[in-house]
Amino acid sequence: MVKKCFITLFFISLLGSCKNEEITFVQSYTYNELKTLLEKNDGKTYVINFWATWCAPCVKELPAFEKINKEYATKNVTVILVSLDFPKQIAKRLIPFINKKKLQSKVVLLNDINEDFWIKAIDSTWSGAIPATIIYNGKDRKFYEQSFDYDQLETELQPFL
Amino acid sequence: MKSIKTILILFACAIVSAFTIKTTEGYHVGDVIEDFKLKNIDDTMVSLSDYKEAKGFVIIFTCNQCPYSVVYEDRIIALDLKYKKLGYPVIAINPNDPRASRGDGFEEMKVRASEKGFTFPYLFDEGQNVYPKFGATKTPHVYIVSKSGMNVEYIGAIDNSSRKPEAVTEKYVEDAVDALLAGKKLVKTKTRAIGCSIKVF
Repeated sequence: MVKKCFITLFFISLLGSCKNEEITFVQSYTYNELKTLLEKNDGKTYVINFWATWCAPCVKELPAFEKINKEYATKNVTVILVSLDFPKQIAKRLIPFINKKKLQSKVVLLNDINEDFWIKAIDSTWSGAIPATIIYNGKDRKFYEQSFDYDQLETELQPFL
Repeated sequence: MKSIKTILILFACAIVSAFTIKTTEGYHVGDVIEDFKLKNIDDTMVSLSDYKEAKGFVIIFTCNQCPYSVVYEDRIIALDLKYKKLGYPVIAINPNDPRASRGDGFEEMKVRASEKGFTFPYLFDEGQNVYPKFGATKTPHVYIVSKSGMNVEYIGAIDNSSRKPEAVTEKYVEDAVDALLAGKKLVKTKTRAIGCSIKVF
């Protein structure tokens, strides 16, 4: 029985590796855990995008964030996509979506029910609508409750570099 | 000549900024609201002034397709059933432009309302003239208004756990209406929750 399990696991992992880096897991954070990603002070510029698979304008703007992540990787820019998908939808929707779109930016899940607390903590002006984006580098920080296209995002990013 | 040019440039800048600056304005707690007249899913026109007996309103900007709106549907019905008879009916308004939000057309609103058995008016913000006055930014987004002076009493979320109804520990809207009914001061007048941005074409 145990052996059978190992063989199955072996094949599953083989299957996984054959499929060219398909992800099977997304790290889930509470707000307090996520905070460390929002307050780094390591000289890098972070572009943090709050989104969800069900949010049409969020999905529409993802390619712009992906492109920034790729084009500006050498300029010390990191994009982090913070998903607000419902926890029940992680296996069913979020993970298949990441694989289908071949997202390269880091995707994490924010799963914290006390929204009234953490929305204000993330930015005092945020009403809670998504998409929303933070660009920061150390103490320099800007928050945007809006959609972006690539050019707009690049324009906003420039002053942080 | 030069001054005409300057004026033109200034005018152009004004136009550009008018379209790019996001309007975060809208009603704040304490403001007096203007009444509206919007089409309901039963094809009648609804205004707040139609509610002669009401003491106030629980106005909820919500829609068909936003998952956060959908998870709240049962709770919105429960609010209406509980508070309509106490004088605070729910008035739901769909602020989305259906051209920008598939599934939010007027006919689809009728379907959703009948599927779920909405007990409250579900109004279509045709032309999107009403939600900007309120300053609503997302669905669901609640405005509680007391009728005596048509003042905004509360703006925000329905409760403190959108995604997990069983984990709710604070029922913001119920607490606010209960306080208004009891003539007490509201403990919380502004709260926030995640929601879907309002869709414009």
